[in-house]
Amino acid sequence: MSARDKKLELEGLTVSFDGFKALNNLTLSVDPGELLCIIGPNGAGKTTMMDVVTGKTRPDSGTARFGSGNNLLEMSEAEIVAAGVGRKFQKPTVFERLTVFENLELALAGTRSVLKTLRARISPEQDNRINEVLGTIGLSGRRFELGSTLAHGQKQWLEIGMLLMQDPELLLVDEPVAGMTPQEIERTSELLLSLAGEHSVVVVEHDMNFVRSIARRVIVLHEGRVIAEGDMDKVQGDPKVIEVYLGV
Amino acid sequence: MRRFSMGGQWPLVLLLAVASVTRIYAQSPKDAAFLSVLGELREASYSDKASIAERLSQTGHSSVRVVLTALLEDRLYYRNSDQKVFVVKTADADPLALIDPLSLKAAGSAPADGMTKIGTNNSLRHTLKMTVAHFSLGSADAAVRLDAVHEMSLSLDEETVALLRKRLAVETNSGVRKEISIALALSTLDGSDSRARLQAVATLSDSVSQDVRNRLALLLDKSPDGTFVESDAKVRQAAAAAVESIDRWRTFYSDIQTLFFGLSLGSVLVLIAIGLAITFGVMGVINMAHGELMMLGAYTTYVVQTAMPEHIGISILVAIPAAFAVSGLMGVLMERTIIRYLYGRPLETLLATFGVSLLLQQLVRSIFTALNRSVITPDWMSGELKLNDALSITYNRLYIVIFTLIVFSAIVAVFKRTRLGLDIRAVSQNRAMAKAMGIRTEWVDAMTFGLGAGIAGVAGVALSQLTNVGPDLGQSYIIDSFMVVVFGGVGNLWGSLIGGMSMGVTNKLLEPWIGAVLAKIFVLVALILFIQVRPRGLFPPRGRAAEDK
Amino acid sequence: METLWSPTKTGDRGGKWFLSVLALIAVAAPILNQAVPASSPAHLSAYGITLIGKYLCYGMLALAVDLIWGYCGILSLGHTAFFSLGGYAIGMYLMRQIGTRGVYGDPVLPDFMVFLNWKSLPWFWNGFNHFPFALLMMVVAPGLLALVFGWFAFRSRVTGVYFSIITQALTYALMLAFFRNDMGFGGNNGFTDFKDILGFDLHSDLTRVVLLITTVATLAATYLACRTIVESRAGRVLHAIRDAESRTRFLGYPVESFKVYVFVFSAVIAGIAGALYVPQIGIINPGEFAPINSIEVVIWVAVGGRGTLYGAIAGAVVVNYAKTYLTGAFPEVWLYAVGALFVLVTLFLPRGIIGLVQTRTKR
Ligand SMILES: Nc1ncnc2c1ncn2[C@@H]1O[C@H](COP(=O)(O)OP(=O)(O)OP(=O)(O)O)[C@@H](O)[C@H]1O
Ligand SMILES: [Mg+2]
Repeated sequence: MSARDKKLELEGLTVSFDGFKALNNLTLSVDPGELLCIIGPNGAGKTTMMDVVTGKTRPDSGTARFGSGNNLLEMSEAEIVAAGVGRKFQKPTVFERLTVFENLELALAGTRSVLKTLRARISPEQDNRINEVLGTIGLSGRRFELGSTLAHGQKQWLEIGMLLMQDPELLLVDEPVAGMTPQEIERTSELLLSLAGEHSVVVVEHDMNFVRSIARRVIVLHEGRVIAEGDMDKVQGDPKVIEVYLGV
Repeated sequence: MRRFSMGGQWPLVLLLAVASVTRIYAQSPKDAAFLSVLGELREASYSDKASIAERLSQTGHSSVRVVLTALLEDRLYYRNSDQKVFVVKTADADPLALIDPLSLKAAGSAPADGMTKIGTNNSLRHTLKMTVAHFSLGSADAAVRLDAVHEMSLSLDEETVALLRKRLAVETNSGVRKEISIALALSTLDGSDSRARLQAVATLSDSVSQDVRNRLALLLDKSPDGTFVESDAKVRQAAAAAVESIDRWRTFYSDIQTLFFGLSLGSVLVLIAIGLAITFGVMGVINMAHGELMMLGAYTTYVVQTAMPEHIGISILVAIPAAFAVSGLMGVLMERTIIRYLYGRPLETLLATFGVSLLLQQLVRSIFTALNRSVITPDWMSGELKLNDALSITYNRLYIVIFTLIVFSAIVAVFKRTRLGLDIRAVSQNRAMAKAMGIRTEWVDAMTFGLGAGIAGVAGVALSQLTNVGPDLGQSYIIDSFMVVVFGGVGNLWGSLIGGMSMGVTNKLLEPWIGAVLAKIFVLVALILFIQVRPRGLFPPRGRAAEDK
Repeated sequence: METLWSPTKTGDRGGKWFLSVLALIAVAAPILNQAVPASSPAHLSAYGITLIGKYLCYGMLALAVDLIWGYCGILSLGHTAFFSLGGYAIGMYLMRQIGTRGVYGDPVLPDFMVFLNWKSLPWFWNGFNHFPFALLMMVVAPGLLALVFGWFAFRSRVTGVYFSIITQALTYALMLAFFRNDMGFGGNNGFTDFKDILGFDLHSDLTRVVLLITTVATLAATYLACRTIVESRAGRVLHAIRDAESRTRFLGYPVESFKVYVFVFSAVIAGIAGALYVPQIGIINPGEFAPINSIEVVIWVAVGGRGTLYGAIAGAVVVNYAKTYLTGAFPEVWLYAVGALFVLVTLFLPRGIIGLVQTRTKR
């Protein structure tokens, strides 16, 4: 496959914090419609990778391209979002003092400019869309409650809901199932699977059962670089991965 | 005293015993002579006073210099009740602090209206100066001799020149020798021998004194009739070169002086900021009462001084721990009753502590009234250290710089080397983790805040030496201290040090060019611009915790 | 639409109350001053009129601070800078109106310039003899300063306490600058001894009443404008920025632009408040820039209850009324009272007086 067909293309990314390399010459790519799982021990650089893609952290060197010809490293956070990258954060951050409904309203795809948001009204279609997502994330009954009143798992859902509202081409999902019940985990995997195909999805997760249930291609990160890649079985059998995870 | 000089141990002991007794109860003949001449000063006319002073100096008594200097400075009084003459510590004070003219020891105090000043006039003061200078030239203290030479060089006549020549022959101290040669060279300039004048100019070109420079510059002038004041072209040339060289050195020294002014202002900034760097930086608490904690420190100094009027010199040293304790306790009290309920809400803390600052201001107003209190500067802190004619450093500035460095090192040591310091750093980096490891975070919070507040108190002691001690003292410094902390980078002690010093130096470097107010405005604007470039200061706080704040 | 209900749209019951009170003042104050004879105890003196006007100007300043602090989490400790600039703008107009009636009787130069031996009007004084120009400047001067300052600061992502402190530096620097005689704004003494505005005598009761009514109307209008903003989606974005700034950014909102807009708007409100304040109080000097004043404004907002708009205004009025009363009656007690008030409010009434009232009425 030629490079132009990739949805996301990271090459030689290096990020260091005070000399410590959180990403070390990281290279990976995501195909359109692919669901890619990234695993790796704590501190492997998974979140940092997402930070680079979303413009939160600027790398010391390397390139990051998105879709056809977007150089992510030269774009602001807002521009990256506008180009079609959505992200769910590891630590769920919903707007605590807005209602569930308003949280989704803000995530609604569409205008972001100051003067337009000043006059923005929710159209009936948008209202329907919000209701639909509320149903998907199981929060229909709590739409008027403040974000701060939600349980941890519900916040995770709300974050996923906000991601759905944005309708991005590429979804970066950082540890989506932490704090969820087994049933909820199952629902999440169904949701992510249904999204893949139309969207490209990158999932970071520590829960191996969950990863197994959704994984097609898995990438293992360690000390800021890819140490193994392939399907779940291949990766789990890889001696390097075993060493990293078991610390032999 | 010769009477007892028969040798042996015993007479010596006796001598000491008698000497100490006579000091108090009787007077040696020399003392008696001195006192009786001194007594004549009371009624004498101004012209008589000059000759009395001369006779006083001829007694050779060890108090002559002090007494004549006191007369020169309007500090010689006599007591109306018993006509006894006293030196006083400061003129025109009330009550007057008396000093016995014989022993030069403190002799209590007296109300000003019970004392009469022994007056002087201009010409008397001039003669007195010379008398004192002559007398001082024989002093055992080189610094006194140096002053004397300097004094004499301002009004040279044949008599003084002869005196200086005589002294030069026996003088051993190189500094004094140099000063004498300069004085003699100055007198040579008036002579007719052009070779000697050339020689004199060469000698003078080593000086950095403004007087010498002006004198040399005179040689380059023209008389009204169009001829040069200095007839010899060679001498003129040498003089021009010498003036230039002196100017260069003087500029150099004045730059050093400006730098030093900057450092001392910077030290004040560091001192007032450093407590804040702890409470604001390490704990994330915006303590608007920081200025008032400094004010408490300043008032503590005042109280300590009032409590020990006889020991002003050491009162400052006593005030330092006292102020630390007073402000520190106030800090702990604030932390325990208010601030601990507001952690993680910096803006709320700002409001509450602003309330506390108003309470503290009103508190001191109620106790001490709204009037400013004056804190006396101890002798060892006043005056200046004269490095040469172009560079002198006032002691209080010098001590502020030293004091700041000491306080700073002490704090760094506390942070680096003590258990408390370790705990403070642990808590500031990861509160939950520190707690899990068994650190008593509550206690650490209280101690950290107490430490920051205590340092503010110590800063207050220093401020009491620089400004008026009043209820508003804190307010005038609070903005500066915030600027320093923000400039240096919140939570970084070194940042505060470098930030404060560079702000101080910048300010003082600019002052000669654009004036004090514009310099200050400039520094503020520069700070605002700087924050645009480095939104987290010179040394930004690191790590993830910092980002989430 | 049922789905549009949210806590940020409470139907604005408090706001309705507040507007009713304003309407009442607009009606009652002129009657009590003009129609009720001075001998009657119900008569409202010119002093009373001015006092109410002053409180309302402070209320407007508090409103400006609440808009950015309560809704967007931007704590400005330098808002009196904008207030004062607005005040100076109108002050320059009032100075030029004095004309030959000044002590020195110079038709063009204000007294302080004659005193300083200035020969001609500095260029930036041109135009201020026209009232509309002064009105324009009362908006442009604070707005432009806020735009430049905010644009730089927000673009560089100066946030939180760093922002608060550089706003303090800003107003402090302006104060020092305005204290200088060379600046051409009257130095220490600022502007005073105004004679009339648009030809109406500033000392007459009627002019004062009209100024009060203007203040009331402007306050109502700015309140409604702020209300509209905070209830729009943009208002929810402001909320979002306050709660989780970087999250808002990753939803694609240009956080910096939102901040700049709201900051400039707030500065303009503050400027208008200052411009209404000066003709009523009759003086403006550099002391108004003092950082301590800005902190006090924040306190009014906190006492009233931030994030409600009307709460801020109520806080300004209550605190200032208490100040007027206590400084007169018990000068000793005043600072103790305020000091304690701030401490207690932050500890026990995090939502201010309004929060207290709301909990009461809900019960
Ligand atoms: N802003 C920062 N400053 C300093 N170090 C950082 C910063 N961000 C990340 N790091 C460090 O970089 C390394 C990689 O962090 P990252 O969050 O990317 O790991 P991760 O793979 O997501 O781990 P986890 O599974 O725990 O989420 C860690 O050691 C982390 O401490
Ligand atoms: Mg992570």
